[in-house]
Amino acid sequence: MKKGFFTKLNEAKWSYIFIAPAVLLFLIFVVGPVIASFYWSFTEYDAIHAPKWVGLANYKNIFFNDPRFWKSVRNTCLYTLGVIPLGTALSLLLAIAVDQQIRFKNFFRAIYFIPSVTSVIALSVIWKWLFAGEKYGLINHILIRVGLQPVDWLMSPVWTLPAIMIMSIWASLGYNMILFLAGLQTIPKTVYEAADIDGANVFDKFWHITLPLLKPFTVFVVIIGFITSFQVFERVYIMTQSELGIGGVLDSALTVVAYLYDMGFRKFKMGYASALGYIVFVVVFIITIINIKFVKTKVEY
Amino acid sequence: MEILKSKRFQNVATKSMIYALLALGAIVIVIPYVWMFVTSIKPVEEVQSYPPSFIVKHPTVLPYQNLFRLMPILRYLWNSIYVSAAVTIANLFFCSLAGYAFAKHKFWGRDKIFFVLLGSLMIPWQVNIISGFILIRKLGWLNSYNALIVPVMAGVFGVFLCRQFIMSIPNDLVDAAKIDGCSEFGIYRLVILPLIKPVLATLAILTFLQQWNSFIWPLIVINSNQMRTLPLALSVLNSQFGTRFATIMAGAVVATTPMLIVFLLFQKYFMKGITMKGLKEYGTP
Repeated sequence: MKKGFFTKLNEAKWSYIFIAPAVLLFLIFVVGPVIASFYWSFTEYDAIHAPKWVGLANYKNIFFNDPRFWKSVRNTCLYTLGVIPLGTALSLLLAIAVDQQIRFKNFFRAIYFIPSVTSVIALSVIWKWLFAGEKYGLINHILIRVGLQPVDWLMSPVWTLPAIMIMSIWASLGYNMILFLAGLQTIPKTVYEAADIDGANVFDKFWHITLPLLKPFTVFVVIIGFITSFQVFERVYIMTQSELGIGGVLDSALTVVAYLYDMGFRKFKMGYASALGYIVFVVVFIITIINIKFVKTKVEY
Repeated sequence: MEILKSKRFQNVATKSMIYALLALGAIVIVIPYVWMFVTSIKPVEEVQSYPPSFIVKHPTVLPYQNLFRLMPILRYLWNSIYVSAAVTIANLFFCSLAGYAFAKHKFWGRDKIFFVLLGSLMIPWQVNIISGFILIRKLGWLNSYNALIVPVMAGVFGVFLCRQFIMSIPNDLVDAAKIDGCSEFGIYRLVILPLIKPVLATLAILTFLQQWNSFIWPLIVINSNQMRTLPLALSVLNSQFGTRFATIMAGAVVATTPMLIVFLLFQKYFMKGITMKGLKEYGTP
């Protein structure tokens, strides 16, 4: 049945009306700012005076003339390399444990998931308190009890970043575990039964069945880890804030996005911060492309 | 018999190890929350006494009283509720409306527009934050509900989620309604909306949770005393009264408890929704 021209036009009118709110908001609050930021990244702009065109100067300065930027890159890389392997391994272990024939399955899953629904700000202030002080802080007290030296976590240039990493691993366990559980569901039980008949033990089964069949999910968890780690900000902001700014003693926990915030909203170098934003964008974009190629999946439309 | 016995022993041993591991993990997850609560009812002398203890000798509500004295915390609670609810309702309406058009209508540019929308999910917020701030300032919306609500009234992910779901509704239903003389908006309201309740529930949970915990955007566009949301209030407490741990923990209790209760009531939907968001947004393995 072919529709008449006017019916079509009428339907199209309604279609555009229906998508209008979403599309307009998208144009105003996403597309507009993305373009504006791109322009400002080539300017010197303090948000008061008109932006002054400086060409590639911001990018050049960032890459060749800015030790703080490179320090933040180093910190972000250390953070990422610390959080991902340990976080992934632990959450996989927990996922396998929860996936067994056990009681209280839902209880455990819910408990591990709680940090994923708690505000990062709340988590950060709680962990700041856990890491506090020489003796009265809970973590240092535990260290003393097991015979280790207490550490001045958030005041020491060595331990600030590891403290934030510990909290991050803790906070993301449940989320990653749930993703792994989704993966474990895809492995047919018959494969394990066949292995049982062949006399395989628990570790054989893990190395030769679970791990290989779970690989797409592992890659996925790692990629999400890369993207979120690269953008880490709130916990750094809360845990390292002092009168001197953010980033901890000697910038020891200054991450790339914390640096962006510092430049944009404390020093009001909006042009410079926009350039930093675009650098983050490019890195995240590359990781996403690697993800799509590596995992060989398409987002379903 | 010997073998059977040893197998059984092995089973029991493995099971106990699994329970031990899971219990240990659960304790590690829960302790910070318990510590938060315990600290929030401790008098000053006990907060920094040594050794730290989970048992409160003289429980007190003083930290909460201090919290209410230091800042208008009820107002912040209201701000959080108001903003989260408004954003959620707006998203439910606008996303399902657009999702319906993208799923069931044929119009010029449909797939191209949708593809561009979807591609924008890859843009990290860091790119927009500076220009977003300046835009809000130009609009005169700094320190207003508008700044917190309007930019996020129709999230792209919500449109995507609704479109996916509506595509699975048979075309016949839509066509039948059309033949019965139903208007386009009538089809949306009478046919589509009742059928997509599950996805709307998921979207509501995701949106509300995201707004409730949102921090960076409010940090940028709000600096007035009255307009803060709970996470922002916690951050201010942390920066201005950094050593008054009992009061800060009282603030953390106020900020986390409502969401914790809602989560425990609807945990299945939460876990399903959040996992799905991760899988969909970054592409399913």
